[in-house]
Amino acid sequence: MYNFNKLYESTSVENALRLKKEHPEALILAGGSDILIKIREGKLAGCDLINIYMLEELRGICLEDDGSILIRPLTSFTDVSMHPVIREHVPVLGDAVDQIGGPQIRNIGTIGGNICNGVTSADSATTFKAYDAVLELTSMDGIRLLPYAEFNLGPGRVDLRPDEIMTGIRISKESYENTYGHYIKYAMRRAMDIATLGCSVNVRLSKNKDAIDRLRIAFGVAAPIPIRSAHAEESAKGHALDTALLEAVAEGALADVTPRTSWRASKEFRLQLVKELAKRATNAAVEKAGGTING
Amino acid sequence: MANRDINCTINGKQRTFTVDIRSSLLDMLRGNAGLDSIKHGCDVGECGACTVLIDGKPFNSCIYMAIWAEGKDILTLEGLSDTKGTISDIQQAFIDEGAVQCGFCTPGFIMSSIPIINKETPSTREDIRKQVAGNLCRCTGYEHIVNAIEKTQKKRIAEKKKN
Repeated sequence: MYNFNKLYESTSVENALRLKKEHPEALILAGGSDILIKIREGKLAGCDLINIYMLEELRGICLEDDGSILIRPLTSFTDVSMHPVIREHVPVLGDAVDQIGGPQIRNIGTIGGNICNGVTSADSATTFKAYDAVLELTSMDGIRLLPYAEFNLGPGRVDLRPDEIMTGIRISKESYENTYGHYIKYAMRRAMDIATLGCSVNVRLSKNKDAIDRLRIAFGVAAPIPIRSAHAEESAKGHALDTALLEAVAEGALADVTPRTSWRASKEFRLQLVKELAKRATNAAVEKAGGTING
Repeated sequence: MANRDINCTINGKQRTFTVDIRSSLLDMLRGNAGLDSIKHGCDVGECGACTVLIDGKPFNSCIYMAIWAEGKDILTLEGLSDTKGTISDIQQAFIDEGAVQCGFCTPGFIMSSIPIINKETPSTREDIRKQVAGNLCRCTGYEHIVNAIEKTQKKRIAEKKKN
Protein backbone atom coordinates (compact mmCIF):
# COMPACT_ATOMS: atom_id res chain seq x y z
CA MET A 1 0.00 0.00 0.00
CA TYR A 2 1.19 3.46 -0.82
CA ASN A 3 0.72 5.88 2.03
CA PHE A 4 -0.88 8.79 0.21
CA ASN A 5 -3.90 10.74 1.36
CA LYS A 6 -6.28 11.58 -1.47
CA LEU A 7 -6.17 10.35 -5.04
CA TYR A 8 -7.86 12.46 -7.68
CA GLU A 9 -8.25 10.70 -10.98
CA SER A 10 -8.29 12.68 -14.17
CA THR A 11 -10.27 11.58 -17.19
CA SER A 12 -8.82 14.13 -19.63
CA VAL A 13 -6.25 16.93 -19.70
CA GLU A 14 -9.05 19.42 -19.23
CA ASN A 15 -10.29 17.50 -16.21
CA ALA A 16 -6.74 17.25 -14.81
CA LEU A 17 -6.33 21.02 -15.12
CA ARG A 18 -9.58 21.58 -13.26
CA LEU A 19 -8.43 19.19 -10.51
CA LYS A 20 -5.06 21.01 -10.32
CA LYS A 21 -6.85 24.32 -10.00
CA GLU A 22 -9.10 22.99 -7.25
CA HIS A 23 -6.29 21.17 -5.46
CA PRO A 24 -3.08 23.13 -6.15
CA GLU A 25 -1.23 21.30 -3.36
CA ALA A 26 -1.81 17.88 -4.95
CA LEU A 27 1.11 16.36 -6.84
CA ILE A 28 0.82 15.23 -10.44
CA LEU A 29 1.40 11.48 -10.62
CA ALA A 30 2.82 10.40 -13.98
CA GLY A 31 4.91 7.17 -14.02
CA GLY A 32 5.54 7.44 -10.29
CA SER A 33 9.17 6.26 -10.38
CA ASP A 34 10.09 9.23 -8.18
CA ILE A 35 6.84 10.04 -6.36
CA LEU A 36 5.81 6.50 -5.34
CA ILE A 37 9.34 5.93 -4.05
CA LYS A 38 9.36 9.16 -2.07
CA ILE A 39 5.99 8.13 -0.60
CA ARG A 40 7.57 4.81 0.40
CA GLU A 41 10.54 6.57 1.95
CA GLY A 42 8.15 8.74 3.93
CA LYS A 43 9.31 12.01 2.33
CA LEU A 44 5.96 12.46 0.58
CA ALA A 45 3.85 10.22 2.83
CA GLY A 46 0.33 11.54 3.26
CA CYS A 47 0.40 13.68 0.10
CA ASP A 48 -2.52 14.15 -2.28
CA LEU A 49 -2.13 12.95 -5.86
CA ILE A 50 -3.67 13.75 -9.22
CA ASN A 51 -3.27 10.67 -11.37
CA ILE A 52 -2.66 11.48 -15.04
CA TYR A 53 -0.81 8.29 -16.04
CA MET A 54 -3.69 6.88 -18.12
CA LEU A 55 -4.22 10.03 -20.22
CA GLU A 56 -3.30 8.75 -23.69
CA GLU A 57 -3.59 12.28 -25.14
CA LEU A 58 -0.40 13.12 -23.21
CA ARG A 59 1.55 10.22 -24.76
CA GLY A 60 3.39 10.07 -28.06
CA ILE A 61 5.82 11.86 -30.34
CA CYS A 62 5.17 13.56 -33.66
CA LEU A 63 6.67 15.86 -36.23
CA GLU A 64 4.56 18.99 -36.57
CA ASP A 65 3.78 20.86 -39.80
CA ASP A 66 6.60 23.35 -39.23
CA GLY A 67 9.06 20.49 -38.72
CA SER A 68 9.33 20.83 -34.96
CA ILE A 69 9.45 17.69 -32.84
CA LEU A 70 6.68 17.47 -30.27
CA ILE A 71 7.11 15.04 -27.39
CA ARG A 72 4.16 14.50 -25.11
CA PRO A 73 5.19 14.28 -21.45
CA LEU A 74 3.88 10.81 -20.57
CA THR A 75 5.97 9.13 -23.27
CA SER A 76 8.14 6.52 -21.56
CA PHE A 77 11.93 6.58 -21.86
CA THR A 78 11.73 3.29 -23.80
CA ASP A 79 9.31 4.81 -26.30
CA VAL A 80 11.41 7.98 -26.64
CA SER A 81 14.58 5.97 -27.26
CA MET A 82 12.98 3.82 -29.96
CA HIS A 83 10.72 6.33 -31.70
CA PRO A 84 11.48 6.79 -35.43
CA VAL A 85 11.22 10.62 -35.21
CA ILE A 86 13.78 10.68 -32.40
CA ARG A 87 16.05 8.14 -34.11
CA GLU A 88 16.01 10.18 -37.30
CA HIS A 89 16.35 13.74 -36.03
CA VAL A 90 17.73 13.74 -32.47
CA PRO A 91 19.16 10.25 -31.82
CA VAL A 92 21.28 11.72 -29.02
CA LEU A 93 18.11 12.19 -26.97
CA GLY A 94 17.21 8.53 -27.44
CA ASP A 95 20.75 7.48 -26.50
CA ALA A 96 20.60 9.65 -23.37
CA VAL A 97 17.32 8.31 -22.02
CA ASP A 98 18.40 4.75 -22.87
CA GLN A 99 20.98 5.13 -20.08
CA ILE A 100 18.40 5.82 -17.37
CA GLY A 101 17.90 3.15 -14.69
CA GLY A 102 17.19 -0.27 -16.16
CA PRO A 103 14.58 -1.61 -18.63
CA GLN A 104 11.76 -1.63 -16.05
CA ILE A 105 12.44 1.99 -15.04
CA ARG A 106 12.64 3.06 -18.69
CA ASN A 107 9.23 1.47 -19.28
CA ILE A 108 7.50 3.30 -16.42
CA GLY A 109 9.50 6.55 -16.22
CA THR A 110 8.21 9.46 -18.28
CA ILE A 111 10.11 12.17 -20.13
CA GLY A 112 7.89 14.85 -18.59
CA GLY A 113 8.59 13.58 -15.10
CA ASN A 114 12.31 13.71 -15.78
CA ILE A 115 12.01 17.41 -16.69
CA CYS A 116 9.44 18.49 -14.08
CA ASN A 117 11.38 16.95 -11.17
CA GLY A 118 13.98 19.60 -11.83
CA VAL A 119 17.01 17.61 -10.71
CA THR A 120 20.40 18.47 -12.19
CA SER A 121 21.20 14.81 -12.93
CA ALA A 122 18.19 14.20 -15.23
CA ASP A 123 19.61 12.38 -18.25
CA SER A 124 17.21 13.99 -20.73
CA ALA A 125 17.75 17.52 -19.39
CA THR A 126 21.16 18.25 -20.93
CA THR A 127 20.09 17.28 -24.44
CA PHE A 128 16.87 19.29 -24.20
CA LYS A 129 18.90 22.29 -22.93
CA ALA A 130 21.40 21.88 -25.74
CA TYR A 131 18.57 21.82 -28.29
CA ASP A 132 16.81 24.89 -26.85
CA ALA A 133 13.64 22.92 -26.12
CA VAL A 134 10.47 24.88 -25.45
CA LEU A 135 7.99 23.63 -22.85
CA GLU A 136 4.24 23.78 -23.26
CA LEU A 137 2.76 24.55 -19.83
CA THR A 138 -1.01 24.42 -19.74
CA SER A 139 -3.51 25.77 -17.24
CA MET A 140 -7.22 26.51 -17.47
CA ASP A 141 -6.21 30.01 -18.59
CA GLY A 142 -4.41 28.68 -21.64
CA ILE A 143 -0.98 27.61 -22.83
CA ARG A 144 2.28 29.22 -21.71
CA LEU A 145 5.30 28.51 -23.89
CA LEU A 146 8.47 28.69 -21.84
CA PRO A 147 12.04 28.17 -23.08
CA TYR A 148 13.44 25.22 -21.13
CA ALA A 149 16.48 27.46 -20.47
CA GLU A 150 14.29 29.41 -18.00
CA PHE A 151 12.47 26.48 -16.40
CA ASN A 152 14.89 25.33 -13.68
CA LEU A 153 14.85 27.72 -10.72
CA GLY A 154 17.01 25.71 -8.32
CA PRO A 155 17.61 22.12 -7.24
CA GLY A 156 14.24 20.36 -7.55
CA ARG A 157 12.48 23.69 -8.18
CA VAL A 158 10.95 24.56 -11.55
CA ASP A 159 8.80 27.33 -12.98
CA LEU A 160 5.64 25.26 -13.05
CA ARG A 161 2.78 27.20 -11.49
CA PRO A 162 0.41 25.47 -9.04
CA ASP A 163 -2.40 25.34 -11.62
CA GLU A 164 -0.20 24.22 -14.55
CA ILE A 165 0.58 20.85 -16.08
CA MET A 166 3.34 20.33 -18.63
CA THR A 167 1.67 19.08 -21.80
CA GLY A 168 4.49 19.08 -24.34
CA ILE A 169 8.19 19.48 -25.08
CA ARG A 170 9.17 20.95 -28.45
CA ILE A 171 12.42 21.13 -30.37
CA SER A 172 12.27 23.45 -33.37
CA LYS A 173 13.51 22.42 -36.80
CA GLU A 174 15.95 25.33 -36.85
CA SER A 175 17.46 23.95 -33.66
CA TYR A 176 17.94 20.29 -34.67
CA GLU A 177 18.37 20.52 -38.45
CA ASN A 178 21.73 19.22 -39.72
CA THR A 179 23.02 18.69 -36.19
CA TYR A 180 24.75 15.66 -34.74
CA GLY A 181 24.78 15.07 -31.04
CA HIS A 182 26.54 12.97 -28.45
CA TYR A 183 25.76 12.39 -24.77
CA ILE A 184 28.10 11.00 -22.18
CA LYS A 185 26.86 9.89 -18.80
CA TYR A 186 29.63 9.32 -16.30
CA ALA A 187 28.43 7.11 -13.46
CA MET A 188 29.88 4.49 -11.13
CA ARG A 189 27.72 1.75 -12.68
CA ARG A 190 26.55 1.31 -16.25
CA ALA A 191 22.91 0.80 -15.18
CA MET A 192 20.65 1.69 -12.27
CA ASP A 193 22.77 4.69 -11.38
CA ILE A 194 22.53 8.46 -11.34
CA ALA A 195 25.04 10.49 -13.34
CA THR A 196 28.11 11.75 -11.51
CA LEU A 197 28.31 14.11 -14.47
CA GLY A 198 26.46 14.31 -17.77
CA CYS A 199 27.46 16.15 -20.94
CA SER A 200 25.43 16.60 -24.13
CA VAL A 201 26.94 18.21 -27.21
CA ASN A 202 25.49 18.85 -30.64
CA VAL A 203 27.28 20.37 -33.60
CA ARG A 204 26.47 21.71 -37.00
CA LEU A 205 29.51 21.80 -39.28
CA SER A 206 30.34 24.24 -42.06
CA LYS A 207 29.54 23.17 -45.65
CA ASN A 208 33.04 21.81 -46.19
CA LYS A 209 32.92 19.99 -42.87
CA ASP A 210 36.15 21.69 -41.81
CA ALA A 211 34.86 24.06 -39.14
CA ILE A 212 32.18 24.41 -36.48
CA ASP A 213 29.15 26.37 -37.66
CA ARG A 214 27.32 25.99 -34.36
CA LEU A 215 28.14 24.03 -31.22
CA ARG A 216 25.93 23.63 -28.22
CA ILE A 217 26.94 22.01 -24.98
CA ALA A 218 25.08 21.36 -21.75
CA PHE A 219 26.03 19.71 -18.46
CA GLY A 220 24.17 17.89 -15.72
CA VAL A 221 25.46 17.75 -12.11
CA ALA A 222 28.00 20.47 -12.95
CA ALA A 223 25.82 23.09 -11.21
CA PRO A 224 22.68 23.06 -9.01
CA ILE A 225 20.60 22.85 -12.22
CA PRO A 226 21.34 21.50 -15.71
CA ILE A 227 23.21 24.26 -17.58
CA ARG A 228 24.46 25.35 -20.99
CA SER A 229 27.99 26.67 -21.37
CA ALA A 230 27.85 29.95 -23.27
CA HIS A 231 31.64 30.38 -23.08
CA ALA A 232 32.30 26.99 -24.66
CA GLU A 233 29.73 27.62 -27.40
CA GLU A 234 31.12 31.07 -28.21
CA SER A 235 34.71 29.89 -28.40
CA ALA A 236 33.73 27.02 -30.72
CA LYS A 237 31.90 29.20 -33.23
CA GLY A 238 33.69 29.09 -36.59
CA HIS A 239 36.59 27.16 -35.04
CA ALA A 240 38.58 24.76 -37.23
CA LEU A 241 38.32 21.07 -36.40
CA ASP A 242 41.52 20.59 -34.46
CA THR A 243 42.65 19.72 -30.95
CA ALA A 244 42.64 23.43 -30.08
CA LEU A 245 38.85 23.28 -30.57
CA LEU A 246 38.54 20.58 -27.93
CA GLU A 247 40.77 22.57 -25.55
CA ALA A 248 38.73 25.74 -26.17
CA VAL A 249 35.43 23.96 -25.51
CA ALA A 250 36.82 22.40 -22.31
CA GLU A 251 38.24 25.72 -21.06
CA GLY A 252 35.00 27.51 -21.91
CA ALA A 253 32.99 24.90 -20.04
CA LEU A 254 35.16 25.28 -16.94
CA ALA A 255 34.29 28.98 -16.90
CA ASP A 256 30.57 28.23 -16.60
CA VAL A 257 30.27 25.25 -14.27
CA THR A 258 29.98 25.33 -10.48
CA PRO A 259 30.03 21.71 -9.34
CA ARG A 260 29.99 20.76 -5.69
CA THR A 261 31.32 17.94 -3.60
CA SER A 262 28.77 15.23 -2.82
CA TRP A 263 29.03 11.66 -1.63
CA ARG A 264 29.16 10.60 -5.30
CA ALA A 265 32.21 12.67 -6.22
CA SER A 266 34.32 15.64 -5.16
CA LYS A 267 34.15 19.04 -6.78
CA GLU A 268 37.70 18.56 -8.09
CA PHE A 269 36.81 15.25 -9.75
CA ARG A 270 33.70 16.78 -11.31
CA LEU A 271 35.80 19.65 -12.74
CA GLN A 272 38.11 17.05 -14.26
CA LEU A 273 35.06 15.29 -15.72
CA VAL A 274 33.68 18.55 -17.15
CA LYS A 275 36.92 19.07 -19.02
CA GLU A 276 37.28 15.50 -20.21
CA LEU A 277 33.65 14.85 -21.14
CA ALA A 278 33.43 18.19 -22.98
CA LYS A 279 36.36 17.10 -25.16
CA ARG A 280 35.16 13.55 -25.70
CA ALA A 281 31.54 14.48 -26.43
CA THR A 282 32.62 17.25 -28.83
CA ASN A 283 34.98 14.89 -30.61
CA ALA A 284 32.27 12.23 -30.91
CA ALA A 285 29.67 14.74 -32.16
CA VAL A 286 32.10 16.09 -34.78
CA GLU A 287 32.82 12.56 -35.97
CA LYS A 288 29.11 11.75 -36.21
CA ALA A 289 28.72 14.91 -38.29
CA GLY A 290 31.30 13.57 -40.74
CA GLY A 291 34.16 15.75 -39.57
CA THR A 292 37.59 14.81 -38.26
CA ILE A 293 39.55 16.45 -35.47
CA ASN A 294 43.02 17.09 -36.87
CA GLY A 295 46.35 16.97 -35.06
CA MET B 1 -10.11 4.47 1.77
CA ALA B 2 -11.92 3.66 -1.39
CA ASN B 3 -11.93 0.27 -3.03
CA ARG B 4 -12.13 -0.36 -6.72
CA ASP B 5 -12.76 -3.31 -9.03
CA ILE B 6 -9.85 -3.89 -11.36
CA ASN B 7 -10.44 -5.94 -14.52
CA CYS B 8 -7.39 -7.30 -16.25
CA THR B 9 -5.99 -10.37 -17.95
CA ILE B 10 -3.55 -12.33 -15.83
CA ASN B 11 -1.71 -15.23 -17.44
CA GLY B 12 -4.33 -15.44 -20.17
CA LYS B 13 -7.36 -15.40 -17.87
CA GLN B 14 -9.77 -12.53 -17.41
CA ARG B 15 -9.78 -11.62 -13.70
CA THR B 16 -11.48 -9.05 -11.49
CA PHE B 17 -10.20 -8.03 -8.06
CA THR B 18 -11.52 -5.56 -5.55
CA VAL B 19 -8.54 -3.60 -4.28
CA ASP B 20 -7.83 -0.63 -2.06
CA ILE B 21 -6.86 2.17 -4.46
CA ARG B 22 -3.60 2.58 -2.54
CA SER B 23 -2.45 -0.92 -3.56
CA SER B 24 0.54 -1.55 -5.75
CA LEU B 25 0.27 -4.09 -8.54
CA LEU B 26 2.54 -6.26 -6.38
CA ASP B 27 0.00 -6.09 -3.53
CA MET B 28 -2.76 -7.12 -5.92
CA LEU B 29 -0.89 -9.95 -7.62
CA ARG B 30 0.47 -11.49 -4.41
CA GLY B 31 -2.37 -10.59 -2.05
CA ASN B 32 -5.48 -10.90 -4.21
CA ALA B 33 -4.36 -13.24 -6.98
CA GLY B 34 -2.07 -15.36 -4.79
CA LEU B 35 0.74 -15.32 -7.32
CA ASP B 36 3.74 -15.85 -5.06
CA SER B 37 6.38 -15.99 -7.79
CA ILE B 38 6.41 -12.22 -7.57
CA LYS B 39 8.91 -11.38 -4.87
CA HIS B 40 8.54 -8.46 -2.53
CA GLY B 41 12.13 -7.24 -2.56
CA CYS B 42 13.31 -3.65 -2.30
CA ASP B 43 9.86 -2.08 -2.85
CA VAL B 44 11.44 0.90 -4.65
CA GLY B 45 12.11 -0.37 -8.17
CA GLU B 46 15.79 -1.18 -7.65
CA CYS B 47 16.06 -4.97 -7.45
CA GLY B 48 13.66 -6.28 -10.12
CA ALA B 49 12.49 -9.27 -8.01
CA CYS B 50 8.85 -8.23 -8.56
CA THR B 51 9.15 -7.93 -12.37
CA VAL B 52 6.07 -8.88 -14.41
CA LEU B 53 5.25 -8.28 -18.06
CA ILE B 54 2.52 -5.74 -18.77
CA ASP B 55 1.41 -5.83 -22.41
CA GLY B 56 4.67 -7.64 -23.15
CA LYS B 57 7.06 -5.23 -21.43
CA PRO B 58 8.86 -5.70 -18.09
CA PHE B 59 7.72 -3.50 -15.20
CA ASN B 60 8.50 -3.47 -11.49
CA SER B 61 5.13 -4.32 -9.94
CA CYS B 62 6.18 -2.69 -6.63
CA ILE B 63 6.14 0.79 -8.18
CA TYR B 64 3.08 0.33 -10.36
CA MET B 65 -0.35 1.34 -9.08
CA ALA B 66 -2.85 -1.54 -9.07
CA ILE B 67 -5.45 0.82 -10.58
CA TRP B 68 -3.21 1.25 -13.65
CA ALA B 69 -3.65 -2.47 -14.38
CA GLU B 70 -7.23 -1.91 -15.58
CA GLY B 71 -7.55 -3.47 -19.03
CA LYS B 72 -3.91 -4.61 -19.12
CA ASP B 73 -2.53 -8.00 -20.12
CA ILE B 74 -0.24 -9.21 -17.33
CA LEU B 75 2.11 -12.18 -17.46
CA THR B 76 3.81 -13.62 -14.38
CA LEU B 77 6.11 -16.60 -13.95
CA GLU B 78 3.08 -18.80 -13.16
CA GLY B 79 1.88 -18.15 -16.71
CA LEU B 80 4.97 -19.72 -18.27
CA SER B 81 4.26 -23.37 -17.44
CA ASP B 82 1.66 -25.32 -19.43
CA THR B 83 -1.68 -26.57 -18.06
CA LYS B 84 -0.04 -29.70 -16.65
CA GLY B 85 2.46 -27.60 -14.75
CA THR B 86 5.41 -28.47 -16.99
CA ILE B 87 7.95 -25.66 -16.82
CA SER B 88 9.03 -23.68 -19.87
CA ASP B 89 12.34 -23.86 -21.73
CA ILE B 90 13.72 -20.72 -20.08
CA GLN B 91 12.97 -22.08 -16.60
CA GLN B 92 14.61 -25.40 -17.48
CA ALA B 93 17.62 -23.52 -18.87
CA PHE B 94 18.01 -21.61 -15.58
CA ILE B 95 18.12 -24.98 -13.78
CA ASP B 96 20.46 -26.62 -16.30
CA GLU B 97 22.89 -23.71 -16.38
CA GLY B 98 23.07 -23.31 -12.61
CA ALA B 99 21.48 -19.86 -12.86
CA VAL B 100 19.51 -20.43 -9.65
CA GLN B 101 21.07 -20.44 -6.21
CA CYS B 102 18.87 -18.95 -3.49
CA GLY B 103 16.16 -18.37 -6.10
CA PHE B 104 14.74 -15.12 -4.81
CA CYS B 105 15.68 -13.11 -7.91
CA THR B 106 14.89 -15.92 -10.36
CA PRO B 107 11.22 -15.18 -11.24
CA GLY B 108 12.06 -11.51 -11.89
CA PHE B 109 15.08 -12.43 -14.01
CA ILE B 110 13.05 -14.91 -16.03
CA MET B 111 10.30 -12.36 -16.68
CA SER B 112 12.89 -9.78 -17.80
CA SER B 113 14.38 -12.39 -20.13
CA ILE B 114 11.10 -13.15 -21.97
CA PRO B 115 11.35 -10.20 -24.43
CA ILE B 116 14.98 -11.21 -25.11
CA ILE B 117 14.34 -14.89 -25.86
CA ASN B 118 11.45 -13.97 -28.15
CA LYS B 119 13.67 -11.83 -30.41
CA GLU B 120 14.07 -12.82 -34.04
CA THR B 121 17.80 -12.18 -34.16
CA PRO B 122 20.49 -13.24 -31.69
CA SER B 123 21.51 -10.78 -28.99
CA THR B 124 25.09 -10.21 -27.91
CA ARG B 125 25.92 -11.04 -24.30
CA GLU B 126 26.29 -7.30 -23.79
CA ASP B 127 22.71 -6.76 -25.06
CA ILE B 128 21.44 -9.46 -22.74
CA ARG B 129 23.23 -7.87 -19.79
CA LYS B 130 21.67 -4.54 -20.63
CA GLN B 131 18.17 -6.05 -20.80
CA VAL B 132 18.50 -7.65 -17.36
CA ALA B 133 20.35 -4.70 -15.81
CA GLY B 134 17.25 -3.89 -13.75
CA ASN B 135 17.48 -7.20 -11.89
CA LEU B 136 19.90 -7.87 -9.06
CA CYS B 137 21.34 -11.25 -8.05
CA ARG B 138 23.61 -11.65 -5.02
CA CYS B 139 24.42 -15.33 -5.56
CA THR B 140 25.31 -16.29 -9.09
CA GLY B 141 27.59 -13.53 -10.33
CA TYR B 142 25.28 -13.26 -13.37
CA GLU B 143 27.35 -15.34 -15.80
CA HIS B 144 25.13 -18.42 -15.47
CA ILE B 145 22.01 -16.28 -15.85
CA VAL B 146 23.31 -14.76 -19.09
CA ASN B 147 24.25 -18.30 -20.24
CA ALA B 148 20.70 -19.55 -19.62
CA ILE B 149 19.13 -16.65 -21.51
CA GLU B 150 21.58 -16.87 -24.39
CA LYS B 151 21.05 -20.63 -24.71
CA THR B 152 17.25 -20.33 -24.72
CA GLN B 153 17.30 -17.51 -27.24
CA LYS B 154 19.53 -19.55 -29.57
CA LYS B 155 17.27 -22.58 -29.18
CA ARG B 156 14.12 -20.57 -29.95
CA ILE B 157 15.67 -18.88 -33.00
CA ALA B 158 16.80 -22.29 -34.32
CA GLU B 159 13.29 -23.70 -33.79
CA LYS B 160 11.75 -20.77 -35.67
CA LYS B 161 14.12 -21.37 -38.59
CA LYS B 162 13.11 -25.05 -38.73
CA ASN B 163 9.43 -24.20 -38.95
